[in-house]
Amino acid sequence: MTVQTWTYILVGITFALYIGIAIWSRAGSTKEFYVAGGGVSPLANGMATAADWMSAASFISMAGIISFAGYDGSVYLMGWTGGYVLLALLLAPYLRKFGKFTVPDFIGDRYYSNTARMVAVFCALLVSFTYVAGQMRGVGLVFSRFLEVDINTGVVIGMVIVLFYAVLGGMKGITYTQVAQYCVLIFAFMVPAIFISIQMTGNPIPQLGMGSTVNDGSGVYLLDKLDGLSTALGFNEYTNGSKSTIDVFAITMALMVGTAGLPHVIVRFFTVKRVKDARKSAGLALLLIAILYTAAPAVAVFARTNMINTVSNQEYADMPDWFTKWEKTKLIKFDDKNGDGKIQYVADEAINELTVDRDIMVLANPEIADLPAWVIALVAAGGLAAALSTAAGLLLVISASVSHDLIKKVIKPGISEKGELWAARGAATVAVIIAGYFGINPPGFVAAVVALAFGLAAASFFPAIVLGIFYKKMNKEGAITGMVVGISLMIFYMLKFKFGVFDGGKEAVAELTKDWWFGISPEGFGTIAMVVNFVVSIIVLQFTPSTPKKVQEIVEDIRIPSGAGAAVDH
Amino acid sequence: MSVGIGRESSNQKKDMSEKQRNASAYWRENVRYLFILLAIWFTVSYGAGVLFKDALDQIKVGGFKLGFWFAQQGSIYVFVLLIFIYVRLMNKLDKKYGYNE
Repeated sequence: MTVQTWTYILVGITFALYIGIAIWSRAGSTKEFYVAGGGVSPLANGMATAADWMSAASFISMAGIISFAGYDGSVYLMGWTGGYVLLALLLAPYLRKFGKFTVPDFIGDRYYSNTARMVAVFCALLVSFTYVAGQMRGVGLVFSRFLEVDINTGVVIGMVIVLFYAVLGGMKGITYTQVAQYCVLIFAFMVPAIFISIQMTGNPIPQLGMGSTVNDGSGVYLLDKLDGLSTALGFNEYTNGSKSTIDVFAITMALMVGTAGLPHVIVRFFTVKRVKDARKSAGLALLLIAILYTAAPAVAVFARTNMINTVSNQEYADMPDWFTKWEKTKLIKFDDKNGDGKIQYVADEAINELTVDRDIMVLANPEIADLPAWVIALVAAGGLAAALSTAAGLLLVISASVSHDLIKKVIKPGISEKGELWAARGAATVAVIIAGYFGINPPGFVAAVVALAFGLAAASFFPAIVLGIFYKKMNKEGAITGMVVGISLMIFYMLKFKFGVFDGGKEAVAELTKDWWFGISPEGFGTIAMVVNFVVSIIVLQFTPSTPKKVQEIVEDIRIPSGAGAAVDH
Repeated sequence: MSVGIGRESSNQKKDMSEKQRNASAYWRENVRYLFILLAIWFTVSYGAGVLFKDALDQIKVGGFKLGFWFAQQGSIYVFVLLIFIYVRLMNKLDKKYGYNE
């Protein structure tokens, strides 16, 4: 059977599975819609969190980015896993005890202020929308490459599927589809990784294969070989980076703190029964995520070595099938500058003849390694699972922010349960359509903004929540000023150094690199904005009325794990 | 959720302060655990994987330079371990202070 037939079969089966689960677990109340009724087991929640978290970026792009960046890619590996330690230790148990539906709910109640709630709603919507547009694009990419449909048709198919189970099932439907999606995506990622690891090093465990010797009897370690290949072609040594230490530090920190502050991840911990379940499911989630995150750098090494070996100084006419296929999608480009019919792949831009889009490394990897057709099709199904599960989680945050935080808490407090449920469904529908629109018409900067969503979350939510739990006296004036200053500073830095808004547009961005504050890139600036948020909050606190006694008592109560009960709307 | 501490009647006051002492002792031990665990979290990632990466790279374990291994593998394993250690410590602490459920 061909790759395309296999892809239709596997994608068809997984989609039927997701829809079946959605029908079986549809939500009947707002509590089921927002937090799945609050009775999800720690393991199911851990799997759902892992699927929710691992997006098209983790599945499709990350190994590819590392493949080209080498050591510099470590910022994503550490940043996107280390955040779970912060989440488990500093946020999840306390937010679960607090027992509300959304992050703005916590901010609004803890800081006894609807202004704080509104600021939080704004931040949640900004972070979630930028993120979800990227997912829709990922769905479109997979569809267009593997099923050879138009990329826009792919986006529409993805929209319909997500719409169906997010709108019908709410958090309950999403949770159980995400459990299935986790299984699909981890299987799809690991099978080719294991195949290639055996092929290249003889070790079936990719995490160990990465540190083993090459399977050609030479006894050379794979990483040493890759370092040698890289330097010979004029690239950086693979195991050494080109970024400055302070920037690596700042980006890692921004990603970690941003991860812990992402509303669609936090909200997952409202769905378990007890505080101890919240802690445990954070651990399980990270364990399940770590399987992919420790395999990804191995895949990166295999793919990089394989690619250099296949293309470097080889006849263009002898290139395998996959090369021409990807050339058609324009994600691989060859330009025979010196006209010798061979491919010169080197660091020097003037003589380099090959450009490879880093997003294709994971998708093309099984083909490069000449794996069977069903494995290639499996990767397509896995990429879709990763993109759809994250999109659904984000859509839920958007719909809950609108129907619960905005309509129920501010605009129309007297709304009936049924009315709120319909408002939530309506908001989810509108959000899917907007996300789909951005998927079809990506505003050029989507990919850039997705990376910056972490900076925005780090600059706004993280300090407000941590102070809300660990600093009883923190008042609304301090928290609100902190969030506003933090996110404004982050947006300013993004506009200035990422988009060149104040200096004549995108062309000026490269020039501005030398003006970076403390030598920190926009991706890492969330760290500075977060620190500023903390400092501003604490300074403002000194000059404003202290927190009411009653609120301080609530804080004392959330520090004690017992008596959490179900997530209730009181 | 029990936020009604202020509404307790006066003959329960002594009982309350006992309860509060218990709660703040629990909180102090919790915060101490957090400091220790986060110190390890910082050391394996920012220490071994970033700041002291070059020094650790002089040591090789199998095909891995040690600093590089911490940045791309080791720190992640330690993160997972840290959360499970935290879960165990806190479950014990909950029992010790009678907050287990």
